[in-house]
Amino acid sequence: MEAFVRSVSVWGPGLQGWSASQPILAGGRDYVASDASPPLPALLSATERRRTGLAARLALSVAQQASEMARIAPGAIPSVFATANGDGAVVHSILEALAAEQPVSPTLFHNSVHNTAAGYWSIATGSQQATNCVACHDSTAAVALLKAMAEVQTECRPLLLCAYDVPLPAPLYASRPTSGSFGVGFVLTPEGGDRDLARLSVRYDGTMSPSGSEMPRLPPLRGLARGNPAARMLRLLESLALGVADEFSMALLDGRVEVRVRPCSPAPASSS
Amino acid sequence: MRPLVLTAATVVSAIGRGVGPTLHALRSRRSALRPCDFGGASGGYIGRVDGLESHRLPPSLACIDCRNNRLADLALHTDGFSDAVAAARDRYGADRIAVVLGTSTSGVLSGEAAYRARDPQTGALPSSFDYGSTQDMFSLAGFVRAALALRGPAMVVSTACASSARTFIDARHLIESNVCDAAIVGGTDSLCGMTLHGFASLDLISRGACRPCDADRSGISIGEAAGFALLERDGVGMALMGCGTSSDGYHMSAPHPRATGAIAAMRAALEAGGLSAADIDYVNLHGTGTRANDAMEDIAMVDVFGTGTPCSSTKGWTGHSLGASGILEAVIAGLCIEHGFIPGCLNVTRLDPDFRARVIVDNEQRPIRRVMSNAFGFGGINCSLIFGTAS
Repeated sequence: MEAFVRSVSVWGPGLQGWSASQPILAGGRDYVASDASPPLPALLSATERRRTGLAARLALSVAQQASEMARIAPGAIPSVFATANGDGAVVHSILEALAAEQPVSPTLFHNSVHNTAAGYWSIATGSQQATNCVACHDSTAAVALLKAMAEVQTECRPLLLCAYDVPLPAPLYASRPTSGSFGVGFVLTPEGGDRDLARLSVRYDGTMSPSGSEMPRLPPLRGLARGNPAARMLRLLESLALGVADEFSMALLDGRVEVRVRPCSPAPASSS
Repeated sequence: MRPLVLTAATVVSAIGRGVGPTLHALRSRRSALRPCDFGGASGGYIGRVDGLESHRLPPSLACIDCRNNRLADLALHTDGFSDAVAAARDRYGADRIAVVLGTSTSGVLSGEAAYRARDPQTGALPSSFDYGSTQDMFSLAGFVRAALALRGPAMVVSTACASSARTFIDARHLIESNVCDAAIVGGTDSLCGMTLHGFASLDLISRGACRPCDADRSGISIGEAAGFALLERDGVGMALMGCGTSSDGYHMSAPHPRATGAIAAMRAALEAGGLSAADIDYVNLHGTGTRANDAMEDIAMVDVFGTGTPCSSTKGWTGHSLGASGILEAVIAGLCIEHGFIPGCLNVTRLDPDFRARVIVDNEQRPIRRVMSNAFGFGGINCSLIFGTAS
């Protein structure tokens, strides 16, 4: 399956927005793993903003940035959100209330659905476009990319893909450790345009033994990629930042997703 | 769109284990709702599947045990479903069959038990608690993929009460783009404190058994269900003829009062199937029994179909099985087509006088060629599916 990467966005430790992160991901500037909260989603009303947690804010932030870079009005195209953990803080608060036999907060309950970020995105943008939320534990990024490419190919229209994950709070954290808060967004299109970053080709291979090669080139980013399901996208981000051709595979359970990246803009002389 | 055939299907809900008992309950208008007797009852009625507490998973899968996966296991071993999948596996190869399943709360019931058993000193969860195989959203698809010995791509689609309806659309994308040749779709949601108390906090639980479309309806009865279908390009039987999805873009838990999102999904399903409203013989409503949902859906029905197309909700039988309602009602749609009947809403003493759609309240025998099935979820997500017979 093939599609074009029209835009990309990122927010994570030391990676605050694409323009700031691109030189880091291209290896031209040192990576410093500093935490910073994602910007509050300006698209949401003040009331709705108060109701969102970190996971939804992170997702909306990368969704908005990817839309802006693609010069597509936020919410104007269908979207796929992908998160392994969802909003653990909300689920934790409800589990605490249930254990204490206290009433469950109605706002927390409606924020406990896995598709909370997708819901707030459509509310924030007043969008009627199709949206979705998928999960596949540590293989969430791989399956989300596969699913998004399949949707672009079948529906023949651009799609916003957002993958994000934030750590679960204690005591759940001990059962499911996650590193950092990391979100990434892409606008994928079925047909090429002047400003595309790359041409992407993706294929599922379930016959080979499981071994992803999606670890980032930059050693300081590898801990994040290992520890946060959404950060398995870092290798793809590096390829886009470098503007080089690349081939790698993303582990999907006991199979893998083969990814091929071909830059659309003139590549540096050193690239293949 | 090119239709996709449901070459095998199964369902387990409070009204019965398997397609046959489900048909019998619908035909005899026997509701399975009963006063809530689950986990420190929170009032209202529930649709509970008996026997899950004592159901044992095969030894090789016992490490991924939770109520949700037990319910899924029960369905896999009903209606010859796992045998049908085994035959498809031989035909296509295990890596060419995807697993795309919906759930809204996965095995969170296990997390609830773990939180009640926290270490009083440290607050730690008991060491026996395995988040990844129970509470994690993917647990269901991981379990089913292992139980059916498949190696294709797998994912959980979690879009609240539209989850398992939405899996038909996502599986279609994978099949149409040749990522796979067939897919297991459907899903499972099981009773848990989170939804029983959560819906109660929103004041959406009916005190008595739910009464979709009744003038005095006052909320839902939560049920549990598991259902699966094997979706293939070719074959004989019921087929997915159209599908549409949309967002409300309005509110996290309240439907759009003018039904614009639901209307968009229903029209998109017709358009995808190259069908007009007149081609639909019956609409199985989302019909939860809340004031807001049923009123909204009546507006959508009239907008898309006018006042002549018969419609009803079957949640008076099963309760609202949340993320599993899409597959449960897809199987019911198939029964309506195969056996030529409409299950009229249960528990209606007085139809809401404000409704203009043609709501059916008694069972009717008539030929049914195509059924539209609606599922709407929190986050304002809407899915409409159209089922018919593959020619």
